Amino acid sequence: MLCKLISKKNTVGNIYDFTIEAPEIAKTAKAGQFLHILCGGSSYLRRPISICDVVGKSVRFVFEIRGKGTEELAKRETGEYIDLLGPLGNGFDTSVAENSDGAIILLGGGIGIYPLYKLAKELGGKATAILGFRNAAAVTHTYEFQQSCRDLFVATDDGSAGYHGFATDVLKNIAASNNIAALYVCGPTPMMKIAAEIAAEKEIPAQVSMEQRMGCGIGACVTCTCNVGGSNVRVCKDGPVFWAKDVNWNE
Amino acid sequence: MSNPNMSVNIAGVTWKNPVTTASGTFGFGREYAEYFDLGELGAVCLKSLSSEKRLGNKSPRIAETNCGILNSVGLQNPGAEYFLENELANLRKYDTKLIANICGKEIEDYVEVTEILGDSVDMLELNISCPNVKSGGLAFGTDPKTVEEITRRVKAAAKVPLIVKLSPNVTDIAEIARAAEAGGADCLSLINTLLGMKIDIKTRRPVLKNNTGGFSGPAVMPVAVRMVYQVRCAVSLPIIGMGGISSGEDAIEFILAGANAVAVGTAGFIDPLAWIKVRDGIYDYLVENNIDDVNDLVGMINLN
Ligand SMILES: Cc1cc2nc3c(=O)[nH]c(=O)nc-3n(C[C@H](O)[C@H](O)[C@H](O)COP(=O)(O)OP(=O)(O)OC[C@H]3O[C@@H](n4cnc5c(N)ncnc54)[C@H](O)[C@@H]3O)c2cc1C
Ligand SMILES: Cc1cc2nc3c(=O)[nH]c(=O)nc-3n(C[C@H](O)[C@H](O)[C@H](O)COP(=O)(O)O)c2cc1C
Repeated sequence: MLCKLISKKNTVGNIYDFTIEAPEIAKTAKAGQFLHILCGGSSYLRRPISICDVVGKSVRFVFEIRGKGTEELAKRETGEYIDLLGPLGNGFDTSVAENSDGAIILLGGGIGIYPLYKLAKELGGKATAILGFRNAAAVTHTYEFQQSCRDLFVATDDGSAGYHGFATDVLKNIAASNNIAALYVCGPTPMMKIAAEIAAEKEIPAQVSMEQRMGCGIGACVTCTCNVGGSNVRVCKDGPVFWAKDVNWNE
Repeated sequence: MSNPNMSVNIAGVTWKNPVTTASGTFGFGREYAEYFDLGELGAVCLKSLSSEKRLGNKSPRIAETNCGILNSVGLQNPGAEYFLENELANLRKYDTKLIANICGKEIEDYVEVTEILGDSVDMLELNISCPNVKSGGLAFGTDPKTVEEITRRVKAAAKVPLIVKLSPNVTDIAEIARAAEAGGADCLSLINTLLGMKIDIKTRRPVLKNNTGGFSGPAVMPVAVRMVYQVRCAVSLPIIGMGGISSGEDAIEFILAGANAVAVGTAGFIDPLAWIKVRDGIYDYLVENNIDDVNDLVGMINLN
């Protein structure tokens, strides 16, 4: 489907914040679902990017330039049309968070923070966000998280802003003295693995959004698998959100 | 004259048009059925089935290259019996022909899948690109004698027409095609993927966990067209051509080279309607060129 780019912003570094007009996607999109975007140029496959927010008829996504596809995508200007499929995959399950008075934690690292923004809004401002960035220069979108969450903690690897260390250290500290009802994680695999260990130890229901190289994005080619519950399941169709306890983290 | 015939007869099975899906790129049809009616296609070719369930390889299983991809899915599938119980009925809702693609680690496995499937599907496609465990993992499809033997054994067990799908990773594709014909193949399809490798120069590691994988997509098309041409010169069996097709024009090249039908795979990952566009593009070509039957175009290249 072709969707018009109606707003484009380069926030920090190589991070781009795009808003497209996509009424049909906006109608059903859930936090954790993604778009499969044709970037053009010399990139061939589509690129999976999470839905970050929905307002009215518009859908927002935020991405970092990593390689040739995202580099090409960043060149698009407002008014141009972008070819994308979506919303694809399954969103986060918020039912565990609804009927408990424990804390609801959103743990995000780097580009993994974006699907959590929509989740924060779906959770009605009740969540606590812990966001990890490389350094102060990479910190972005914190005002919006601040506005849509009960609490916000920022961590940087080098201590140049917020807590000095990993976002998972902040999680550990919170988990030590608080009852946590639900944990939602999106970020680099090592971070999600540590979060899964903390969740297992504290018996916290936890969901993670997995990343894998993808082909079709709709479940047909079975290339984007990860090992969950002993079988190779499709990140695009069976995920990208899975229960942390079911993921085989040693693969 | 503006209503050209698109229907083709492939080894006694009538397809309403010459377009099918490439095995392994279309699952068991459920996903793309959300984008178009599978009855729009001449046939639907399903992902490889083995006698037992297979887990497949570890991820990453896909790597992007210039105008193509590498995959190392490793024939992950739920097994032939699961397919019969859980997928076949859904596929039969569509007005199209069904081709089951079969794989195995030794000849006996292929015969077993063939027996399990019986006449539940309209055609069988023998994937001989699988590693042959008994010959140290070398693909069945690389040795003419093995190709003839596996074709004969599977044909003897088959209750529906048998397509043999050739591997392009050979020196002389015509010799392999003749071996499959001698073994009793009813039809040939080609090409399967070319063996390739993609290295991430930052990590100095292959992108695929499996190190190497099967190369497909537009980049392989000239190799595939050349091989279809060579096979057409070598045998008189019907041919299903594939490898990089993403448009009607691409499909016409294959038909001119000698293919009676075409399969589309990787292109669907970029455009979920690729199959329909290829079909419509073939039709447009026939109309534009005043050709009243797609069958009249088969092998009609003017060599230099
Ligand atoms: C479900 C999901 C949601 C995502 N959401 C976001 C998001 O909201 N914002 C964001 O910036 N990034 C997100 N990503 C990561 C993003 O897809 C990759 O950064 C992007 O595909 C890289 O493409 P490239 O052209 O820059 O890199 P290249 O190196 O040119 O890509 C080559 C190939 O590898 C694939 N690839 C490379 N890195 C990754 C990766 N980390 N994950 C998956 N495939 C990869 C590409 O898709 C492409 O097929 C998400 C990934 C997944 C799986
Ligand atoms: C992800 C993927 C999985 C495949 N799996 C199979 C398979 O299970 N059996 C088979 O015979 N061919 C398989 N193939 C090969 C295709 O059927 C086809 O021969 C090849 O991809 C060339 O066509 P294309 O360029 O249109 O994709 C696979 C190809 C891809 C890309």
